[in-house]
Amino acid sequence: MSNLLSVKDLHVTFRTPDRTVHAVNGVSFDVKRGETLGILGESGSGKSVTLRSILKLHPEHRTKWSGSITLEGDEILTMTGRDLANLRGNRVSMIFQEPATAFDPVFTIGQQISETVRRHTGKSHADSMKRAKELLELVRIPSPATRLNAYPHEMSGGMRQRAMIALALSCNPSLLLADEPTTALDATVQIQVLLLIRELQRELDLGVIFVTHDIGVAVEVSDRVGVMYAGKLVELASVEQMVDTPKHPYSRGLLASTVHDGMRGQRLEAIPGAPPDLAEVPAACSFAPRCKFVEPKCLASPPPLNSVGDSHLVRCVVAA
Amino acid sequence: MDTIIRPTSRAPERGGPAQPLLLATGLRKHFPIPGGILGRATRVVRAVDDLTLSVAKGETLGVVGESGCGKSTVARLLIRLIKPDLGSVVLDGDPVEEPHGITVSELRRQVQMVFQDSYASLNPRLTIVETIAFAPRAHGLPATEAKDRARDLLAKVGLEPNTFAERYPHELSGGQRQRVNIARALALRPRLVILDEAVSALDKSVEAQVLNMLVDLKEELGLTYLFISHDLNVVQYLSDRVMVMYLGKIVEIGGVEAIYGNPQHPYTRALLSARPSMDPRKRTQEAPIQGDPPNPIDPPSGCRFRTRCPFAEDVCARLEPPLADAGPQAVACHMRVPGSGHSKAA
Repeated sequence: MSNLLSVKDLHVTFRTPDRTVHAVNGVSFDVKRGETLGILGESGSGKSVTLRSILKLHPEHRTKWSGSITLEGDEILTMTGRDLANLRGNRVSMIFQEPATAFDPVFTIGQQISETVRRHTGKSHADSMKRAKELLELVRIPSPATRLNAYPHEMSGGMRQRAMIALALSCNPSLLLADEPTTALDATVQIQVLLLIRELQRELDLGVIFVTHDIGVAVEVSDRVGVMYAGKLVELASVEQMVDTPKHPYSRGLLASTVHDGMRGQRLEAIPGAPPDLAEVPAACSFAPRCKFVEPKCLASPPPLNSVGDSHLVRCVVAA
Repeated sequence: MDTIIRPTSRAPERGGPAQPLLLATGLRKHFPIPGGILGRATRVVRAVDDLTLSVAKGETLGVVGESGCGKSTVARLLIRLIKPDLGSVVLDGDPVEEPHGITVSELRRQVQMVFQDSYASLNPRLTIVETIAFAPRAHGLPATEAKDRARDLLAKVGLEPNTFAERYPHELSGGQRQRVNIARALALRPRLVILDEAVSALDKSVEAQVLNMLVDLKEELGLTYLFISHDLNVVQYLSDRVMVMYLGKIVEIGGVEAIYGNPQHPYTRALLSARPSMDPRKRTQEAPIQGDPPNPIDPPSGCRFRTRCPFAEDVCARLEPPLADAGPQAVACHMRVPGSGHSKAA
């Protein structure tokens, strides 16, 4: 199966008059149709910046991109204006963490979904409303006909997130980007939305990139998982490999420090210290200052992404 | 007469180990919603309804529930950040704000709180050492002594005093700021610390550091914790007893093994099985319950969980189930009350 999306050596730098932030420092991965790639990382690891770069959502004048992002062969990083607008929503769409702020509060859900349908397909008002109703059915919203006339504030958090998924899927995109879509939801609602995304992904044969900080969530939805640290992918593997045999000391630390069933009374293996400041391009392994396996060669140069088995990649000179 | 309390030492242990450190009885808080004619309140949010709980000396009581269940309101009622409509709070035998009881300021000396947002809860214009020394000074400790105590506490929470004492909140990371908040909460040598989502905003690797530290501090200083969180795994890790709340009510309360090992209330079961799996071969196949928690403005009649409960029957709409003993835990469910009229009642 050919790749739907291909990200190669992506670098993203933000410049303001006061400072420069090297948010993403050489990220490469592929996503196939019908596959979910989970990207796991802590705040500031560059996971959301990577995701948003796929739609070029950052302000042009402050952001410097380099590398390449291709969707079915078309280069995204050089797209501008009309091409970019046609890409967004039509071929690639995105769902966000906070559905309350992603919708416009003064238009109904039906108006907002049908507007998107009209913009991309040129359908009539009546046809686009019909499509909006189908979409609400698709995301299992009860009594969709009445919900079309609801304003965002009239819906619960879980319903709004479903409506946002409906909006994202309105023009049959081939790639869905999910930026922590369940983080703001309650536990009993989160699992409903995760299952919905999993079902829709199968039903519509979507490629999905799912960014999260929660390992449990990544395990529920992903086929493959990438772990990001300081703007780089430090490990990329199938979800089974990642859970059973994580290789990078950071991935191992992250799994060990996540509290789950049966850890009561045990001391947690916390990773000491905090992630680095990204004002400079890292000249060595970014994790070395917090790593208990650190060796002199870790500080000599940035480690390459090595293969340690069947499509299992690790950016560590000690583990590889 | 000993009217000025000098917080040089901790309040003495009283009443013996069997007396609850904190006992709250019949707590109720309804928030009126203005917006009727002439701005009169026509509807109320029933945030906490007739809730009774006790915290034993030296234990960690975990409180779990989804947003809007009233868990944070309970914390604020206990420390009197908001005044209850009804109910009383008794701290180690002393009723709060009642004749022969203790004042709110004395309550807050012995009960301290740590909040979720580590940045919003620190004064941006005070250095770390000033923030921590503020409360001891307000309670009458001389400035130099208060400063020394603040530096000791910084060391205790793992922040080197020479490096951090003179910094401002914006110069610290989230994890470091939450350590400062914990140090500040300990500055008055409290007996009970209420941790309201205190580790929820932290990254996992930092959360583990802070959890380890909380365990150590409890041991070292003989503290009692009320630990509020939406993260069931963290509550299980830290708590001795767990209280599960739904729409302002306790639905189940008991020892951590009983609640996690043998949950009795349908809501507790749903909440526990809604946790994402950590094993890709055993993924969740079906959501345990559908829908969102209802709005606490107009909670359902009778049992408040009945609108989402797969076992709901007529009796659940008519009668509110009492919190009754069911083995090692207490459960508020008609299925656990013999003769309640529910077909599954024992």
